[in-house]
Amino acid sequence: MQGFLAFLRRFARSKLALFGLVIVAIVVFAAVFGRWLVPFDPFAQNILGRLKPPFSEARNGGIHLLGTEALGRDVFSRLVIGAQVSLLVGVASVALSSVVGITMGILAGYEDKYLGRILMGITDVQLAIPFLVLALAVVAVLGPSLFNLIMVLGLTNWVQYARVVRAECLVLREREYVQAARALGASTPRILFRHLLPNVMSSVIVISSLLVAKMILFESSLSFLGLGVPPSTPTWGAMIAEGRNYIANAWWVAAIPGFAIFITVIGINLVGDRLRDMLDPRLKQVEN
Amino acid sequence: MLGYVASRLIYAILVVFGVSVAVFFLIRIGGDPSALFLPPEASLEDIAAFRTQMGFDRPIVVQYLDFLGRAVQGDFGQSLRYQQPAMQLVLERVPATLQLSAAALALSLLISIPLAILAATHRGSIFDRVGLVVSLIGQSFPTFWLAIMLILIFSEHLRMLPPSGRGTWAHLIMPAIALAAYSTAIITRLLRSSMIEVLQSDYVRTARGKGLSQGRVVFRHALRNAAIPTLTVIGLQVGALLGGAVITEEIFAYPGIGRLAIQAIANRDFTVVQAFVLFMAVLIVSINLLVDLSYGLLDPRLRKG
Repeated sequence: MQGFLAFLRRFARSKLALFGLVIVAIVVFAAVFGRWLVPFDPFAQNILGRLKPPFSEARNGGIHLLGTEALGRDVFSRLVIGAQVSLLVGVASVALSSVVGITMGILAGYEDKYLGRILMGITDVQLAIPFLVLALAVVAVLGPSLFNLIMVLGLTNWVQYARVVRAECLVLREREYVQAARALGASTPRILFRHLLPNVMSSVIVISSLLVAKMILFESSLSFLGLGVPPSTPTWGAMIAEGRNYIANAWWVAAIPGFAIFITVIGINLVGDRLRDMLDPRLKQVEN
Repeated sequence: MLGYVASRLIYAILVVFGVSVAVFFLIRIGGDPSALFLPPEASLEDIAAFRTQMGFDRPIVVQYLDFLGRAVQGDFGQSLRYQQPAMQLVLERVPATLQLSAAALALSLLISIPLAILAATHRGSIFDRVGLVVSLIGQSFPTFWLAIMLILIFSEHLRMLPPSGRGTWAHLIMPAIALAAYSTAIITRLLRSSMIEVLQSDYVRTARGKGLSQGRVVFRHALRNAAIPTLTVIGLQVGALLGGAVITEEIFAYPGIGRLAIQAIANRDFTVVQAFVLFMAVLIVSINLLVDLSYGLLDPRLRKG
């Protein structure tokens, strides 16, 4: 606890990073508790009150803070609920890709030089595929669902972990303490998980934080194209797609969810950049 | 040098081969595609006849080998919707996409290179701050949203630019800006940090010690060396950049290969999707090959390789 507080205090020395952390905290709060706090039912349609501008009065006397959309539903309430999908997809797909990537990276770095070569080959193949198009095609075949979305994003973005973790393990396995553990008869799994894994965690944390931001952008692109989660669930990308048709006379319907994505991604990137400065000393030398 | 080029070339071909395997099997991950083309009331006999006609009843590995055998001869199959060769459909739209990508790349280099140099040579100055803001904001926009906001401002309100289509220079401005945002951010950020690193190195101090002018040190010594890591990462990002072109073209109804790909996905026209992905893979791999080989031009020590 003491160590965590000290870490947090060091983290907060950068005002920008603190700003990012506050944004992330607000989005997480909205995603977790939002459904009990929204001023309107995010699914309640009201055709008479459609496309109302921000701050207009609702039938029941409340205020539509951010206006209403094409079916008269409250934009603010939908925005709050939409945070759930963005965060869930972002975090779950990163969790999946980190587990796959770390496993591959550790095995390729410690054990097997053939596995290492194959891994590098897979990486180059993945880098040569226009990812968005492939993800679209796969989701189009499998059908849009939350599970398929997370699987596709998670299984196509693990190579970065694998590359970094492998490179670090190649160095770590020559260290004295690993040699000593081996000489003492520690089993390979024990060396991998007790001695190597903890030492690659700081890189993993940095990659993960920046990858969550990327995944949120990917999710919004797929939802925008109608290939994210099923349309009954409000997501930021799908809200922009719906609002696009009314852009001429109701700009807020498309503009506001996009701004929410923008601010969320900036917040996560600020936190990720700060973590990188703190945890990765090689990059720190360059940046400062 | 020649051996190096040859080995890189062979590796590049292997990578494209790997892409063909990945695409072929991933598109068929949902099983037999024939259900997607036939009306739901089709009888079992119709389905069977269609599958035989299309060759879907053969083992998938055989289907892949057949596809590969034709592909190396330049036959990527017929588009299931347009009844034209799939690769021809892709190639017809390549010039439009190249024009858009070139405009976007020119725009982002025009902004990012001067900005990164100024930021690296004037640490903590206003240029440095602007550089940081540009690199943070540019990679946090959803591309499609930026595109829609540009249409809102310049087409709906100011009525200055056409919201969609292709033809004049005016059609190119908004798509190029939308597409350039991400790469501008990435290039500014990378070039700035590698310039800073290079400017602290010994040979730059030596060059300064010899009394070379600031301009000569920056352009002749620092920029050349800082360009190498930047180029590498740009090469690795080409796939992501071209992915941005897909969604940009879709929003501006710009008739390039990206829009074709999205329509092909919507129509379940998988031969076109396959042809598109393979074309892109060859393009991306070739760009990376050129990047690798260009190191020799930037750094004479690497020429022997």
